[in-house]
Amino acid sequence: MSDAVTPNPAARTQTPGQPAGRIARRFRELAESSELGLVAYITAGDPSLDATEKIVIAAAEAGADVIELGVPFSDPVADGPTIQRASERALRGGTTLAGVIDLLRRLRKSTEVPLVLFSYFNPILQMGLGKFAAAAAAAGADGVLVTDVTPEEGGEYRAAMRAQGLDTIFLAAPTSTDARLALIAEASSGFLYLISRTGVTGARESLPQELPALARRVRRFTKLPLAIGFGISLPAHVAVLGGIADAAVVGSALVSEIEKAPTPEEAARAVADRVRILKRGAREGISRRSAEAK
Amino acid sequence: MSYVTQVIGERGRYGPYGGRYVPETLMAPLEELERVYAEASHDPNFRSQLDDLLHNFAGRPTPLQFAPRLTEHLGGARIYLKREDLLHTGAHKINNCLGQGLLAVRMGKKRVIAETGAGQHGVATATVAARLGLSCTVYMGTEDMERQRLNVNRMRLLGAEVIGVQAGSRTLKDAINEAMRDWVTNVGTSHYLLGSVLGAHPYPQMVRDFQKIIGEEARAQILRVERRLPDHLFACVGGGSNSIGLFHAFLGDASVKMVGVEAGGRGKSLGEHAARLGAAGGFVGSRPGVLQGTYTYVLQSEDGQIAATHSISAGLDYAAVGPEHAWLADQGRAEYTAVGDDEAIVAARSLARLEGIIPALESAHAVAELIRRAPKMKKDEIVILNVSGRGDKDMETLSRYV
Repeated sequence: MSDAVTPNPAARTQTPGQPAGRIARRFRELAESSELGLVAYITAGDPSLDATEKIVIAAAEAGADVIELGVPFSDPVADGPTIQRASERALRGGTTLAGVIDLLRRLRKSTEVPLVLFSYFNPILQMGLGKFAAAAAAAGADGVLVTDVTPEEGGEYRAAMRAQGLDTIFLAAPTSTDARLALIAEASSGFLYLISRTGVTGARESLPQELPALARRVRRFTKLPLAIGFGISLPAHVAVLGGIADAAVVGSALVSEIEKAPTPEEAARAVADRVRILKRGAREGISRRSAEAK
Repeated sequence: MSYVTQVIGERGRYGPYGGRYVPETLMAPLEELERVYAEASHDPNFRSQLDDLLHNFAGRPTPLQFAPRLTEHLGGARIYLKREDLLHTGAHKINNCLGQGLLAVRMGKKRVIAETGAGQHGVATATVAARLGLSCTVYMGTEDMERQRLNVNRMRLLGAEVIGVQAGSRTLKDAINEAMRDWVTNVGTSHYLLGSVLGAHPYPQMVRDFQKIIGEEARAQILRVERRLPDHLFACVGGGSNSIGLFHAFLGDASVKMVGVEAGGRGKSLGEHAARLGAAGGFVGSRPGVLQGTYTYVLQSEDGQIAATHSISAGLDYAAVGPEHAWLADQGRAEYTAVGDDEAIVAARSLARLEGIIPALESAHAVAELIRRAPKMKKDEIVILNVSGRGDKDMETLSRYV
C-alpha cells in the first residue's frame, strides 16, 4: 500500500456550477428550495438484506435525501452501542460487503436516491480497492465514506474511487486543526461530513453549544455541502441545524427503530415515520443559504 | 539480512506495515502525542525522571540469570533468562507505562485509559496512575476478567476503575475497541495508554522505544558474562512488546537469531489459535489488513471480518500482531513459530520445577519453544529467553493442570 496523497485535480467530480453525480444534484435542488437535507444511515443486513431493501425504499419515499448504507464490521470502533448491536445482527445474518453491493444494485432499480457506502476500511481492503470501486460504481453507488481512513492514508483509496466516478466523503471533527480541515476539504467530494462532537455515534439529548462556530470554521475551507452528524435524533436538532448546515445525518435514531420493530415491514414503517418527522423539522428550520441571504 | 533498525517512514511505516487508520477525531490527538513524545525523547529531564522511576520504583535493571538446571536438562545451549518477571507489578509492562504516564503528565492529561488482556498492562497502568496521581480506567473483556481475577482485584485496590467488556469474544480486541471509544469521547482530558506495539502511529514506535531497554540491558549483561553475543533470542508474541523490547538492541547483530512465539491455541483452523505469523506452520486465516489503527497481519474471514482467536493465555489472545513484527517476519530477520495451550502448560511446570520460576502463561509459550529446540543446539551456543512476566495471575488456570 502506498501512503502517498496524490493530488488529482482532474478527478474532482464537484466543480462549482457543474455538479456531476446524484449527490451534487440533490444538494443543488435542496439549496434551490432553501431546504435542509436529511441523510439517513441504515446498517445493511440488519436484520437481513431483504429487510434493508424495504427500509431504504421506505426512507427514500418518506423524504430522505441521501442514504448511507452501513457495511457491518466486527470491530466498529467509531460506533456507539446502537450501531454496534446492528452490526452484530447483520453479521450474524451472514452479511458481507459483496452482499451489500448486491443490495445496492437492487435498490438502484427502484430508487434514484443518492446512495453512499459507509464502511470501515478492512472489508474494502480485502476485496481490493479497484475491485470494490468498480463493483460499487457498476451497482449504482454514488459515494463512499470510510470511517478509519483519513486524507493522509487515503491517497490510493481516493484515486481508486475517483477513477470510477465515486465521490469520496471524508469526516471532519471538532478536534481537526485548520491544517487538517484544509486536507479534508481537498480530499472530499460530494459533501463533507462534520462530526458534531468528540465521541462515538449515538443519539444524544442536545447538540453542543460550539457547533455553529465549528461549522463556520469548516466552511472557511470548503464550498462543498456540509452535512452534520453524530447525536442527532430529534426534529428540534434538525431544525437548529437549518441555520448552519446543508444536511443533517441521522443514524442511531433510525437504527433503534429497526431494532425495536418486530418485522421488517414494521421497521420500514417506523423508519419512514421517523424520517417524515425529521424532515418536517428540517423544513421548519431554514437552510444555511437562505439564512445567509437574510 | 540487512535490517535497518530505523525503518520508520512517514506516519510510522515498517515496510508496508503500520500507519495511522483511525477516525478523524483521533488524528489531532495522535499528532499531538507524536510531537510531545519527540520533544520528550530529546529532553534530558524527561529521560532522568524516567530512569529514576525505572530504577527506584520498577526495579531495573533486571537480572540476566543463567539457568543451570534447565540448561542441563535440555542438554544443548547455555540458557540465560532475562528476568522481567521480577519487575514491580510482575511483568515488562511497567516499562512502557512509566514512559507513557510521564508523557500524559507532560501533556497535562489528568486521566489515563488502558485496555488489558492478561491484566498485567492494566495493573501496571493502575500502578503508574496511582504513583503519578492520575485517574485510571481499564477496559477488560469479561472472559479475561474471569481467568485473570487476581489482576482485576489488584487494579481495583490501586484505585482504577475496571470496566468489563461484553462484546465480541470478550477478550483483548474487544477491550481495545472500548478503550478507543472512551478515548474518542474524552480526548481533551485523557491519554490512551496503549499497552503493546499496536495501534496507530506513534504507538508501535513509542511502546517499542520504552521496551527496548530489555534488550539493551540483556546485550550488555551477556557481553559482560560471556564476552560474546548470544546465538538465539526467544520471546512470546501477543501484540509483541516484550519480544520487540528484547529483539531491538540485537537487530543490527546479524549473527543473532530471533524467535518469536505466538499462541497456537488448540488447533490450526481459524478461531482456534492466535498465530498471525503462523501460515508456514499451517495456521489458517491470517492476511495483511487494518485493525485498530494499523496495517499488519490480521486473523480474519475471507470478507474482512476480524476473526475470533483462542489461547489459554489472555495476553497472547489477539487477532493482530504489531506492524514491526510483520515486517521482521516478511524480511526473515526474525522467525515466528507457535506453541499450543497444552505445551505451554507443560513448559510452565518445567520452568517452575527446574528453576524455581513460575512464568506467566504468555512467557511459558517461549519456554515451550526453547524446550523443543535447545536439545538440538550445540553446548557452546548461547540462548537468551525473556521471562516477560510471572505466573501468579495464572494460578487458577495452572492449578487445574497440576
